[in-house]
Amino acid sequence: MSARPQSANSWQYRALNALTPGLDHFSDALLDEIAAGVPIVAGTADLQYSNGLEKFARLAPDRFVQFGISEQNMVSAAAGMAACGQSPYVATFASFLALLCCEQIRMDVAYSKLPVRLVGHHAGISLGFYGTSHHATEDLAIMRAIAGLAVVAPSDGNQLRSLIRAARDWAGPIYFRIGRGRDPEIYGTPPVLEIGKGIERSTGRDLTIIATGSTVHPADLAAKALTEAGHSVGLIDMHTVKPLDAALIRDVAGRTGQILTVEEHNVLGGLGGAVAEVLADIGGSVRLTRHGIMDEYSLIAPPTHLYHHYRLDAGGIEQVARGLLS
Amino acid sequence: MTTATTPHATPALSADTRFAPDAERVRLLKDRARFSRLETVRLIEIAKVGHYTSAFSAAELFSVLYYDAMRLSDDPNWADRDRFMMGKGHAAVGLFPILADLGYFGRDILDGYTRLGNPLGDHPDMTKVPGIDFSSGSIGHALSAGCGMALSARMQGQDYVTYVMIGDGELQEGQVWEAALFGAHYGLSNLVGIIDRNGYQLDGAVDDVIGVEPIVDKWQAFGWEVHVVDGHDVTALATLFRALRADAARTRPAMVVARTVKGKGVSYMETDPGWHLGYLDPGDAERAIAEINAMEA
Repeated sequence: MSARPQSANSWQYRALNALTPGLDHFSDALLDEIAAGVPIVAGTADLQYSNGLEKFARLAPDRFVQFGISEQNMVSAAAGMAACGQSPYVATFASFLALLCCEQIRMDVAYSKLPVRLVGHHAGISLGFYGTSHHATEDLAIMRAIAGLAVVAPSDGNQLRSLIRAARDWAGPIYFRIGRGRDPEIYGTPPVLEIGKGIERSTGRDLTIIATGSTVHPADLAAKALTEAGHSVGLIDMHTVKPLDAALIRDVAGRTGQILTVEEHNVLGGLGGAVAEVLADIGGSVRLTRHGIMDEYSLIAPPTHLYHHYRLDAGGIEQVARGLLS
Repeated sequence: MTTATTPHATPALSADTRFAPDAERVRLLKDRARFSRLETVRLIEIAKVGHYTSAFSAAELFSVLYYDAMRLSDDPNWADRDRFMMGKGHAAVGLFPILADLGYFGRDILDGYTRLGNPLGDHPDMTKVPGIDFSSGSIGHALSAGCGMALSARMQGQDYVTYVMIGDGELQEGQVWEAALFGAHYGLSNLVGIIDRNGYQLDGAVDDVIGVEPIVDKWQAFGWEVHVVDGHDVTALATLFRALRADAARTRPAMVVARTVKGKGVSYMETDPGWHLGYLDPGDAERAIAEINAMEA
């Protein structure tokens, strides 16, 4: 008798990449960089199937380093490699990378001005019922407070590719905040962009939503629904949280009624906090509302249930925005 | 199998017949290990994803700890209870049914595993789940927390034992070795570590990812009393834990290296390491349940 799984609905970890084609963007972008002559080294801490680096490991085995479950060792080792001329990308869950490895990132990477690329995946509450240990709702705030470290949060796989391409010419270290490879596509091809320059996808006189990373897609849907309902609602894809595009925020503040920031993160210290700092510096009167996780630990549930609960899906963001427009 | 390379230490305390459980207890312990596996399959059906194999390798350990070794009461907050925590928190799906069976929370909570707002998720949470002595999820913290509990018992004149289960992949975390130094330095004889040596982690065989052998030599060199045992032999496990508790002369922490099989009980999971994480749809789950039920009683 063979008891092996027979149903197409059954699956196991090593099939994750095949089941989640969006994971390929990360490996593909790094392979492109190698083809362009960048001395890429990719490393992970026992998560090569979760972040899709399994593909990179297969196609560029001599440029792949498996660290096992030793995240802090991985970050410091990456700093050592960068000090010797390599261009290391190291990836693990955002919770472990930004929180567990915080001091290694500050001292060995950022203070040392080494061009390490830190890729925190499954950010926010996207690990659902894995619980608080696996949630990263503080990483933007922590990484943003580290001097010399750029912080980017691509909104889909194509934008991740653009940001990895842009990183080639960025001298300092970068923290990439990404999801779980299941982001709906926003950009059909890798968009033209610049680190530190937000993308104004639409303009709005009544309200401008500023979103980053995973919240750009649902915010886009919400803005479109509100526009169809007769409101004038714009959207900025703020893929770089640091250095923040203060010029764009200043500009928008002068031509929109209100600003709503939306992030899969604590409302303290992340995108909303960063925008608040810029608005405080301006001293203008535009009203800012910060939407995200309200300084609490998330419940557990499947991720989509959590997005609904915390009003981070399109319907929830639309509801929050309607409350501001009424 | 990688675990076969872990040598046995001598003398084998786990074979000391003075501490052996009787036949009735052995039957109970096997039955509760089976119960843990069956419930693991049922709960993962609710979540649609889970760590079958990590829970299966620890099923006998859970059973022996909670139905024989540990000093517990009906009150999960009893101050003098033995403590248990696991660095490999992702095996919690196999422990939650046991805590419910012990009456620490209701069946309705168990049946809401991973649903919105339920206390039971993929990892154990001491703030939400009665009977969970310490939260985990980020690999590598548990042995340090256990050191703190064991030292606290001594400082407060309490005689509970602290048990900490860690994964073999977890040995790759630096903090584990800080705790190893600490536990030996303070002579924490009321601390029992357990390594679930199932040989596999997410990305492959532990010895291929980042090798951890020789485990026994390492822990001995760090000053721990090391015992190697078959982690699926409930008689040997119960004997060993009883003997360790009875040994008032020990002045060091003990480390139990439990040689286990990842996915124990479901044939293809035992041979295919990709099952660290996965999902069986109901038809496949039924076939897995049949295999678990066919395990030796």
